[in-house]
Amino acid sequence: MSVQPAQVQGFSSTLQPVRKGAVRIDDVVKIYGADDTGILAVDHCTFEVPPGEITEVPAGSLVALLGPSGCGKTTLLNAIAGFHSISSGSIYLDDEILCGPGKLKAQPGPDRIVVFQNGALFPWKTNIENVTFGPIMQGAMSRAEAYNKAQDMMADAGLRDLVHNYPGEISSGVRRRVEIVRALMNNPRILLLDEPYRALDSLTKSVMHEALLEIFYKNRVSIFFITHDLEEAIFLGHRVVIMTTRPCRPKKILDIDIPHPRDYSVLTAKRFRELMDETAAAVHEEAIKAFAAGEKER
Amino acid sequence: MLAAVKAMSAKFKGFIFGDDFWRGIISIAAFLVFWEAGSRSHAWSGFAFPWVSQVPAPTAVLQEMFKLVQEPSFWNSAFLSTLRVFEGFFAAMVIGIPLGLAMAVSRTFYGITFPVFEVLRPIPPLAWVPASIIFWPTQELSIAFVTFLGAFFTVVVNVIGGAQAIDVRYFQAARSMGSSTWDIFRRIILPGTLPSIVVGATVGVGITWAVVVAAEMISGGGSAGSVGGAAGGGLGFFIWNSYVGGSYTQIVAGMISIGIAGYISSALLRKIGQWMTPWLSED
Repeated sequence: MSVQPAQVQGFSSTLQPVRKGAVRIDDVVKIYGADDTGILAVDHCTFEVPPGEITEVPAGSLVALLGPSGCGKTTLLNAIAGFHSISSGSIYLDDEILCGPGKLKAQPGPDRIVVFQNGALFPWKTNIENVTFGPIMQGAMSRAEAYNKAQDMMADAGLRDLVHNYPGEISSGVRRRVEIVRALMNNPRILLLDEPYRALDSLTKSVMHEALLEIFYKNRVSIFFITHDLEEAIFLGHRVVIMTTRPCRPKKILDIDIPHPRDYSVLTAKRFRELMDETAAAVHEEAIKAFAAGEKER
Repeated sequence: MLAAVKAMSAKFKGFIFGDDFWRGIISIAAFLVFWEAGSRSHAWSGFAFPWVSQVPAPTAVLQEMFKLVQEPSFWNSAFLSTLRVFEGFFAAMVIGIPLGLAMAVSRTFYGITFPVFEVLRPIPPLAWVPASIIFWPTQELSIAFVTFLGAFFTVVVNVIGGAQAIDVRYFQAARSMGSSTWDIFRRIILPGTLPSIVVGATVGVGITWAVVVAAEMISGGGSAGSVGGAAGGGLGFFIWNSYVGGSYTQIVAGMISIGIAGYISSALLRKIGQWMTPWLSED
């Protein structure tokens, strides 16, 4: 039973409540502009980033939000992060309300850290200054503690020699790794990744995919990522939410029953191919609609 | 440390023996030869080169400069101009940077101040000379004020542009990581605007030199000018005085001194700028 209808409630209710990284998107609508004449970007979206499963540690899962470019995925991500308001509906983090009726814009916070599409490391800070920024700002650690922890985490991520470089001096793939370490330093409940691998070449990408899985296994933080790459979504995700093109709404929610931990051998596994076959048609259909919509706009 | 010294000496060697260095030498040499030949062509061949023949030859100017650097009055002029440039420039930075930042940060403040700013901005600093002579109690202050205006608008425009161009994602990231409004100002807006401030300062100081010289010419060399003679105020006044006295070599020598002074100020600011924005240096 891997394919669920779009409106099905997740399985969080069957587990005891956890404090780490479950996000529920409940009937969220986003209209840009006036309610009646504006552009409907997100249309009654309901889905869930479930809390941890498969292992005993109830913390974190990887969920991919998959859809054609410009379908409104980033709008949802910005709503979770608290960068933009929603028009109606509500969003919960571990059953605490982030935004909803009466408070349409969530407060940004270190429990939900975004890793941006083109990266948003501060260019005027060295890598380690970037990485220690969050804990120092929050007063969660002293400077010395933050630097110590950052040194360790960066060494773990293979960044030992680049600690004192500026982001402008390293390649975009390495920058992405620094940014993820910066995000993890905040001890977030969920990482929000906005097409993090879009600008990377496919070789770097494959390395980054495994690196992300490793980060997940080590840190057990929920990872919610936007992509338009089906293979990437199935390879990484516990769950793939396939979105319709504008306005965006879950078309198909797919729980990937390939066991974790995964590595690149998964890509050639029979189950992986089956899942690809099952979903490719749905994704292709939306891509064609998006393409046609783009044609019309021109 | 040793590596840094080595890298620097390698850089220096690269500069001395690099293509750019020789191109520079050749360019300056060719210019001087052309100038020398042009200004002496009438005496040599009877053919007067248009325009260039009216200008004293570089060798004559060099001789003049050699004489001048031994005269305290020349250094006094150079000192006065430098002081005015520094005063005006310093004031422009001290007032312009906070003003530009405030205009970039606050919509309300921007709405109130920008229209006035935009009306005053296109007025050339030199058009302010008569008014500022009337407004300010001393000549010295009026010259410094006009100098200030020269750099002020450039600095403000650059600060506003720089601050507004900061990527919105930096603000979002900083907010997510728990920054207060003050943190965001100090750690995002300020460093994010710094490169533009450096550009504004480097361009501004050049304008300052252009303006101070003209202001000195028009206002008669400032307070020290009343004493009269080449001992009067500033390089601009020095040039004007040389013109009145008919010493053409001195005019050109004065011009070149200003060129050198302007170059040194810009180079100095660029160096300070590089030091303040280490993330921009490409290695």
